[in-house]
Amino acid sequence: MTWALIFVLAAGTYAFKVLGLIVIGDRKLPPVLDRCLALIPVALLPALIVSGTFSVGHDLVIDARAAGVGAAVIAAWRRAPLVLVIVIGVVVTALVRAIS
Amino acid sequence: MIEAWREPRTRSVVIASVTLGVAVGAFGFTFGVGAISAGSSIAQACAMSLLIFTGATQFSAVTVIGAGGSPASAVSGALVLAARNGVYGLTMARRLTGPLGQRLVAAQLTIDESTAMSSAQTEPDAQRLAFWITGVTIYIFWNLGTLLGAFTGSAIDPQKYGLDAAFPAAFVAMLWPLLRDRRARLVAACGALICLVLIPFAPIGIPVLAASLAILLGVPK
Repeated sequence: MTWALIFVLAAGTYAFKVLGLIVIGDRKLPPVLDRCLALIPVALLPALIVSGTFSVGHDLVIDARAAGVGAAVIAAWRRAPLVLVIVIGVVVTALVRAIS
Repeated sequence: MIEAWREPRTRSVVIASVTLGVAVGAFGFTFGVGAISAGSSIAQACAMSLLIFTGATQFSAVTVIGAGGSPASAVSGALVLAARNGVYGLTMARRLTGPLGQRLVAAQLTIDESTAMSSAQTEPDAQRLAFWITGVTIYIFWNLGTLLGAFTGSAIDPQKYGLDAAFPAAFVAMLWPLLRDRRARLVAACGALICLVLIPFAPIGIPVLAASLAILLGVPK
C-alpha cells in the first residue's frame, strides 16, 4: 500500500460523494443507469469473495479459507448479524488450519 | 439537546445509531487487522479510514494490493464500488438542504448506514437527524475500530488466527441482504464466474474489476 494510492482513493471516493449529493443533487438519472448503478456491489462483492477465498496469486486453491467462508455463507443465510458472520468465518478458518 | 432527548423519536434514532456504531466499530477492527496483514502500516490503515471512509472501497483496495495487484487495478476496482456512494448522495440530496459548507461535510458521511437509517424515517426532520447522528457515530467508531485493529494486526500473526478469511467473510455479510430478487442473484453469479475464469491468467486485480461488467444485466427492464 502506498500513500499516493491512499490519497488518490480518498479524492476519488469523496468526488463520487460530492457528485451525487451536491453536483447532480435532486435531478433524476435515467432509470437504466439507476438500475445498473444499484447492481455494482451485487457484481463486485461476489468477485471479491471468490478471489479472497480461492486464489493465491494466479492459482485457484481450496484451503482452510473455503471452509471458513462456507461457514460464513451459512451464518449469513441464517440471518446472523454482520459481526457474527465475520467471527464465524475467522474461527472456522483458524480451526481447519490448525487441524490440517 | 435535553429537550430533544425527551422526544421519543429522537431517542430511538440515537439508540439505534449508537448500536449500529458499535457493530461498525467491530467491522473497522476487521479492516485494521486485514490492512496490516496485507502490508499497510498502522498510519496508512488509519488514514484510509479517516479519508476514504467507505468500507467496501477500503476492503477492496487492500485486498487487491495485498494479493499483489497493480495500483491501477486496485484504484479502479475500489472506485467502481465508490460510485454507489454517489447514488446514496442522490437519495440524500433532497433531504439535506443546508449551506454548501455543511453539505460538503455531509458528503463525507454519505455511506450505506447513514443513508439507510435516514431512509427508515418518515418525517423530514427525523430523516436529517438520523443521517447526521448515524454518520457521525459511525465515523467515530469506524476509526476507533481501525486504530485498535491495526495495533492488534501488528502484534499477532493474522494467518494463524484465520484473519485472512475476515475480508471474504465480511463481503459475504455485505452481499447477502442485496440478493433479494432473481436479477440480483444472476448478477452475483456472473460476477463470481467472470472473476474465477480470469484469475489464472489476467493480471491480479483485473478479475475483480472485470466482474463489474455483470451490472450490464441491469440494462433490460
